[in-house]
Amino acid sequence: MATDKKDYLLFTKDTQSFIYNMQTNAVQRMLDFDYVAGRKTPSVAAVVNPTGSDGFQKFFFGPKEILVPVYKQLKTAAMKHPNVDVMINFASFRSAASSTEEAFAIPQIRTIVIIAEGVPERRMKELTVKAKKLGKIIIGPATVGGIVAGAFKIGNTGGTIENIMESKLHRPGSVGFVSKSGGLSNEAYNIVARSTDGLYEGIAIGGDRYPGSNLLDHLLRFEKNPEIKMLVCLGEVGGTDEYTIVEALKKKQIKKPLVMWVTGTCSKAFKTEVQFGHAGAKAGSDTETADAKNAALKTAGAVVPNSFDDYDEKIRMVYDDLVKKKIIIPKPEPDPVKVPMDYATAMKTKAVRKPANFICTISDDRGEELLYGNMSISKVFEKDIGIGGVLSILWFKKLLPSYATKFIEMAIMVTADHGPAVSGAHNTIVATRAGKDLISSLVSGMLTIGPRFGGAIDGAAQMFSEAYDAGKTPQQFVDDMKAKGANIQGIGHLVKSIHNPDMRVTIISSYAKKHFKSTPLLDYAREVEKITTSKRDNLILNVDGCIGICFVDLLRSELTKQEADEYIKMGALNGLFVLGRSIGLIGHYLDQKRLKQGLYRHPWDDIAYMLP
Amino acid sequence: MAQKAIREADGKKMIARLLKEYTNGKYTVEDRFLTIGPDIDFKQLPTTYKWLMKEKLVVKPDQLIKRRGKSKLLLLNADWKDVENWVKERMSKPVTVGTVTGILDHFIVEPFIVHKETDEYYLAIVSTKDGDEILFHHEGGINVGDIDTKAVRLLVLIGEQPTASDIEKKILGKVPSDRRSLIAGFIEGMYKFYADLNYAYLEINPFVVIDNKIFPLDLAAKLDDTAEFVSGKKWGGIKFPSPFGRILSKEEAFIEDLDSKTGASLKLTVINPEGRIWTMVAGGGASVIYADTITDLGGMNEMANYGEYSGDPNEEFTYLYAKTILDLMTRKKHPNGKVLIIGGGIANFTDVANTFKGIVRAIKEYQTKLRENNIRIFVRRGGPNYKEGLKIMRELGNDVGVPIEVYGPETHMTKIVPMAMNTLKGGK
Repeated sequence: MATDKKDYLLFTKDTQSFIYNMQTNAVQRMLDFDYVAGRKTPSVAAVVNPTGSDGFQKFFFGPKEILVPVYKQLKTAAMKHPNVDVMINFASFRSAASSTEEAFAIPQIRTIVIIAEGVPERRMKELTVKAKKLGKIIIGPATVGGIVAGAFKIGNTGGTIENIMESKLHRPGSVGFVSKSGGLSNEAYNIVARSTDGLYEGIAIGGDRYPGSNLLDHLLRFEKNPEIKMLVCLGEVGGTDEYTIVEALKKKQIKKPLVMWVTGTCSKAFKTEVQFGHAGAKAGSDTETADAKNAALKTAGAVVPNSFDDYDEKIRMVYDDLVKKKIIIPKPEPDPVKVPMDYATAMKTKAVRKPANFICTISDDRGEELLYGNMSISKVFEKDIGIGGVLSILWFKKLLPSYATKFIEMAIMVTADHGPAVSGAHNTIVATRAGKDLISSLVSGMLTIGPRFGGAIDGAAQMFSEAYDAGKTPQQFVDDMKAKGANIQGIGHLVKSIHNPDMRVTIISSYAKKHFKSTPLLDYAREVEKITTSKRDNLILNVDGCIGICFVDLLRSELTKQEADEYIKMGALNGLFVLGRSIGLIGHYLDQKRLKQGLYRHPWDDIAYMLP
Repeated sequence: MAQKAIREADGKKMIARLLKEYTNGKYTVEDRFLTIGPDIDFKQLPTTYKWLMKEKLVVKPDQLIKRRGKSKLLLLNADWKDVENWVKERMSKPVTVGTVTGILDHFIVEPFIVHKETDEYYLAIVSTKDGDEILFHHEGGINVGDIDTKAVRLLVLIGEQPTASDIEKKILGKVPSDRRSLIAGFIEGMYKFYADLNYAYLEINPFVVIDNKIFPLDLAAKLDDTAEFVSGKKWGGIKFPSPFGRILSKEEAFIEDLDSKTGASLKLTVINPEGRIWTMVAGGGASVIYADTITDLGGMNEMANYGEYSGDPNEEFTYLYAKTILDLMTRKKHPNGKVLIIGGGIANFTDVANTFKGIVRAIKEYQTKLRENNIRIFVRRGGPNYKEGLKIMRELGNDVGVPIEVYGPETHMTKIVPMAMNTLKGGK
C-alpha cells in the first residue's frame, strides 16, 4: 500500500500500475524491463480497457507467458488490486482529462501519468488543482513518462530493451534527472550513463505549458531521496518554471549539486516568433528566453555548461567530484539479464528460420500495393484486364491473352442466371423467404450445384476430352455411352432443338470458332451432336457442354495439356459455373427481399401424400 | 498544439456573437466588423454591409501586428471611399514594422466611435499557472504605457468565477462611480466568455464607455488550440494566421505541404540561405539543441536553417526533405565549402537504418553537386538498428566521394557540431 512508501518515492521495485487503454506494446516493454531489472512481480497489475470487456491478455515475462487481467472499469480493477497506486493513462487527448478524474476518485491511486498530447490547458490546470487537493501527483501530459532504474519503467520510456541495457537503466545509479522533453530522454539517460554511475530516476514532465507537476516538484523529491546524490535537469525556452528552481537554489531547498541547461538559446537567431516542438516552448518575454534562464541558474549556484555540447563534461565533473568526496561509492555492475529475442525481431535479423505452414502463390497483400500474381492492383486497372484477366491470374496463374479473358467473361455472363425455376435459384428464393441472410440464401442455392444441376460443364469437359484423347471416333463414343447406358454430359435440352437453337450456344461456339487458336474438341463435339440429333432433334450440344468443351480447347491452347487437364480435374470449370451463377442467385435474393416476400410454404395439393 | 493568436476581427465577431449569452443578455456588441482579405470584391461590400456608407470608419491591418497606431497603420474617422483607397494602396504590399517586414493582406474595418480619452479603459485576461489574471487600468488606449506596472490585478484561481461586485471592489477603484457597475458586469461576462471559450490571452485596449454602452476598440487574443474539440464550434471555424512577417519561401512552403500530408513531422525554416552550416536533425527536441549549439559556439551567422524530421516519415518523404536541403545548400559555392549536420538523439522505436534510406537516395542523387560545393557531412544518431544505419552512411561516403563522418551514441550528441564548424575555418 501507498502508506508504507516514503513520500519522495513514486515508484519502487514493488510498485504495480494500471495501464489505462489497451497498449499491448507499452505493456510488453514494461514487462521486459521488469525482467531485466529482476522484478519479482510484473509492474503492470492490470489493463483497464474502457472499450473492451473483462478478461485476460497474454504477455511475456522473460521467457514465459503470463496472463494480465483486463477490466472494463477502473473501479473493478482497483477493487481487485488494492496494492496498485499508479495509473498510466494512455487515453487520447479527448478523454485524458475525464479518465484522470476517474482515477482521482480512487483513493489508492496516488500517481497518474498522462501520456496524451493536446489536453486543453484550462482542463489541465483544473486537474492539477484537484490533484493537489487530493494529494495526488500527475506526471504529464504530453510525456513518455519516466523511469526508476532497476525498479519501474513508465510505458515506452527508454526505447528498446537494447537501449535500456546500453544506458544501464536496469540497475540504479545515483543521478536524479528531470526534463520537459520526453523525446530527448533516451539521449539524456545515455549521457548520464556515460558520464556517471548511472540514473537513479528520470522523469519527463512533458512539453505543455501547464504540466501537472513541474521540474521543481521532482527535483525536490530527488533532494529528499538519500539514494540520489546529484541532480541533472534539462529546461526549455518559454515559461517561468526554471525560475522556481532558481528560487529553490537560493533558499537552499536544493542542496545537492545540480547540473542544468536550458535549451532554446538559438531563438535569438530567428526574426519572427518560432514555436518549437513543445506547446510551452515559446518565449513570451525576455525572462522566458533560454539565455536569461541559464544565466539566472548559474548565478543561483547551478552548474550550467556553456552549451549543450559540454553538458556531459559538466555532469562528469560533478560526478567525479562526488566520487572523490566519497559521497558516491561506485557499485560493481550486476550480471546483465537478457530478454529472449522476439520471434519477429529474430526473423528480421535472420537469426532464426522456420518452415511455413501455408503457401500462397497467387496474391500478396503485404507490400505497398496488393499484388495479383506479379501484377500490382494499379496495373490491373491501368491495363484494364477486366474480371476475366483477374480470374485468369488467380486461377491459372498467368494473364491469358485478351481473347481468352473475354471468353471467361462471356462464360460468366451466360451462366449468370437461368430464371427462378432451376434448383439453385429456387432454393435461394425459398431460403430468402424464410428470412435467412444473404450468405445463407446464396449457399442454399449453391449447394444444389452438382452432377445434375450446373455440373454438366465439368462433366462434359471430362467426358468429351477423355473420348477424344483416347482416339475414339464420334460414332465409337456415342456407341460406348449407349452400351454403358449412360447419358452423354452436355448433350440434350428440355425445349431447345436443332430447329430451335439455344442462342447462348450459338454465341459461345461462334466466338470460339472465330477467336480460338484451334477448337479440336468443339469440332469433335459437333460431330457427336450430328449423330445424337439424328436420333432425336433435342439431343443438341447444350450450353453447359458448349462452355465446358470450349474451355478445354482454350486451356489446351494456352497451357500445357497436362496443366489444362489438371485444372479440369480439379474442378475449375465447376468454379466457373458457381462464380457466374452467384450473380443470379444474389439477384434473386435481393429481388425477394425487395419485394418483401413472406415465408414460402409449399401447397399440400402439390404434394402427393401416399402413406402406406 | 499551443496558444495561438487570432485575428482581431475574429475575436470581436466572437464577442458580438456570444457576449450576450455570457451576460444574460445584459451586454451586447453589434457585429459591425468587416475583414478585408486579398480577394475581396469592394463593390459588393456596401450593399452587404449597409453601415459602411452610414458611419465614419476605422481601418487597420489585421495580421497580429502590435502598435499599429505608432506605425501609422491606422486610418481613423474615414469615409468608405477613403477606406477603400487606403486599403487598395496597401494591399499585398510589404511593410516594415520594427525589424520585421511582411506583406499586408488582411484588414479590419469598423465604425469610428467618437469618444473622449477619459472614456478609454484597459482590460486584459492572461492565463497563469494557477488560473487567470485580470488586468485592468482606468486609462486605456495607445498611450497606456507600461501596463505591467500600472495595471490593477485580480487573480482568479482555477475553478473560480469572479462576481461583478468582487471586480468592482478589487480593481475598479479609480473608475468614476457611475460607470463602475457597468464595467464590472462587462468584465464578469468577458471572463466567462474567456474561460468557456478556452482563450489563453485576451487584451482589449481600449474599450470605451459611451452612454452606458461598451465598445471594444482594439483587441488582441490567443486561443488554446488544443481545446478545438471542446470549443471549436463556438469559435466558428476560424483560421490561425501565421505571425506577421513570416513569408514562406518556395522550399519552406513545399516542406510545409509535405508535412501536412503525413502523420510524421517535417519542418524547415531557412534562416540564412548563404549560411554554411546546414542541419537535418531527427526529433523536435534534438533539432533545437543542435541549433542552440551552433549558436552557442558562435556559428549563428553561418546557421543556414532550422528544421526537423520526426515521427517516422516514410522513405519518399525523407528523400524529398533531404533533397530540398541538399538543393538549397548547393546553389552557391563557397571557397571553404559547407557542412551538413545529419544529427539526432537516440530514437525510441524508429529503425534508424530505415530512416536513412531516403537520405542516402538524396545524397547519391546530389553527389556531383556535393563534391563541387566541397560539402562535408557529419552524422550522429542512435536507436534501434543504428549500427546498420551508421554502416550504410559510412559506405555511402566512400561510394560517392563525399567526406561523411559517422558517429553513434558513444559520442555526445552535439560533438559533431564543433567538428563540423572547425572544418569551415581552414581551407579544407
